[in-house]
Amino acid sequence: MAAFTLPIPIPIPGKRFVIGVPYLWLIVFFFLPFLILLYISFVDMGNDISPFKPLWDSTTGLLKLKYDNYGSIFRSGEGGVLFQTLYIEAYLRSLWYALCTAMLCLLIGYPFAYFIARSAPSARPGLLLMVMLPFWTSFLLRVYAWKGILADQGMLNRALMALGITTEPIQLLYTDVSMLVGMTYVYLPFMILPLYANLVKMDFRLLEAAHDLGASPLEAFWLITVPLSRAGIVAGFMLVFIPSVGEFVIPSLLGGPENIMIGRVVWDEMFISNNWPRASALAVVMIALIVVPLAIYYHYTGAPAESAA
Amino acid sequence: MEDEIGQAGYLVTERLVKRFDDAVAVDEVSLSVKRGEIFALLGSSGCGKSTLLRMLAGFEKPSSGRILLGGQDVASLQPYARPINMMFQSYALFPHLDIWENVAFGLKRESLPRAQIQQRVGEMLDLVQLGAFAKRKPHQLSGGQQQRVALARSLAKRPKLLLLDEPLGALDKKLREQTQFELVNIIEKVGVTCVMVTHDQDEAMTMAGRIAVMSKGRVLQVGTPEEVYEHPANRFVADFIGNVNMFEGRLSVDEIDRCAAMTSIGEIQVGHGVSGTLNMPLAIAVRPEKIAISKQRPAQERNLFAGKVLEIAYFGAYNTYIVLASDGSKVRITEANTSREDVSNITWEDQVFFWWDDRAGIVLRD
Repeated sequence: MAAFTLPIPIPIPGKRFVIGVPYLWLIVFFFLPFLILLYISFVDMGNDISPFKPLWDSTTGLLKLKYDNYGSIFRSGEGGVLFQTLYIEAYLRSLWYALCTAMLCLLIGYPFAYFIARSAPSARPGLLLMVMLPFWTSFLLRVYAWKGILADQGMLNRALMALGITTEPIQLLYTDVSMLVGMTYVYLPFMILPLYANLVKMDFRLLEAAHDLGASPLEAFWLITVPLSRAGIVAGFMLVFIPSVGEFVIPSLLGGPENIMIGRVVWDEMFISNNWPRASALAVVMIALIVVPLAIYYHYTGAPAESAA
Repeated sequence: MEDEIGQAGYLVTERLVKRFDDAVAVDEVSLSVKRGEIFALLGSSGCGKSTLLRMLAGFEKPSSGRILLGGQDVASLQPYARPINMMFQSYALFPHLDIWENVAFGLKRESLPRAQIQQRVGEMLDLVQLGAFAKRKPHQLSGGQQQRVALARSLAKRPKLLLLDEPLGALDKKLREQTQFELVNIIEKVGVTCVMVTHDQDEAMTMAGRIAVMSKGRVLQVGTPEEVYEHPANRFVADFIGNVNMFEGRLSVDEIDRCAAMTSIGEIQVGHGVSGTLNMPLAIAVRPEKIAISKQRPAQERNLFAGKVLEIAYFGAYNTYIVLASDGSKVRITEANTSREDVSNITWEDQVFFWWDDRAGIVLRD
């Protein structure tokens, strides 16, 4: 269609190719696996060799959808109370910790991004490099390093004891604190970068105008800077929140044994119980939990946020 | 300039200085602005006019000197504590707020009652004739409309002093001429004392009651548009405001009510006296429109010179001639096109006479 309306001949196939590659990538590596996951979530558990059964009965050829995999997420057993299962607990816990992580990243990352955006243009590349520098080493190595810092006989406890602040080592590792420290640390750059990209575009004369009209620095920040960086806050928040919900490695390495997150639950169902269908159902619900609110949010705010930026 | 200090001023700057590291941006500026006056700071970029304005607004702290507004020293006050509002060159409208909220922004900071804010914003939007646009966002308005919103916003708090930073700088030429009268009307209707910064002499001349011509951080002359044009204090002001022919020479006749100077094109007679000694170096400035040009020799003998037409530029309303004088200097002459037929009939390479009245020349010593 476009070829008829464009007055200048533009190499459409090339254009399509450029747009097509990322789409193809998403279809092959996200959409198809998701469909497979969706498929598995509606079938029976299999055996060790084939971990799930086909959707069609091999003898009658009839379709037999199994809703039990979803049912068991929301109700434990036949007479169980709705929404009172270990899975629901794990979901809520995951959402809560992801929310905490995103909030911590926002609180720490915002001043950081603001500082970089307001520093001299010549200093910015260096400061941004420092934000991205941790990516140059292995993610696992960095998480393990926190173990060394937070352990009972770790650097932090020994420093506290040497300073006489405490006589006994404080239990930091394998607690909520250590897990949130690890998650915040790992995801902080994902908050800083979109915030920086947004704040650096802001016209700081607007703050002068606000001061001129009687706004104190704090008022100007709340009334001008924060609303104008909303797109950056949302982007950073999503970039931290979404992977945090399903985060598996950091809670396993730094988190406590009793506070199991949904990522760990899926892993256990998959590789310990060998219950692929239930693991798939858990994953599908998790995706729905994240994608649906996100889609609603973008539907209502996407357009104005773009025009304001 | 010094005599300005003694005069009772509403806004007074006393020996105001601003240094950035080693560079002096504003150098001992003492000004006095009367209540209700529109006062222009005129100069080319880097002359310190914007720094001076930013000091009045509170965005820059003076290195030394005082700023008195209605007798109160405001130099130490934060920008948000000064009863001074500014209209920014870029307008600096808040893009996330609608027009109504933009105008109400300053009023809300004063925690005025809601009804009073409502009423004042309504008044302001009516004043700039944008009442119908209250719910629009700034990016939905044209440049001229945005400028009026910026004006309404800066007037909403009824400031004691209104600052305009290149108020028409962001508008195109046609709109600019129309807007400058509108702007002056609104400012005069409100009766606010106003300091504006501009690099455009036409803008300063049409809008301001008085002009301070600035260069290199210093104020060279303060006066009404007519004063700075017809009685420039020195060579820089004469050259900066409008076009001028400058004849360098030495004082040859010095009487009470007239003087003359010997310059390279000949003796120039000036119809006013000058305090000085014979033979001292000076310049005689003559505006191009004060010089008459003709191919026929006129009856007048004084200030009469001959030359050859080098260039003619037709501007519609007037012609500009560049005439090569006997000493090799180029003299600029403009002649109004009062008739639709070209009566003077002057063309390139013509030998012409040009002359001016004794009162046309201005003696410049600095």
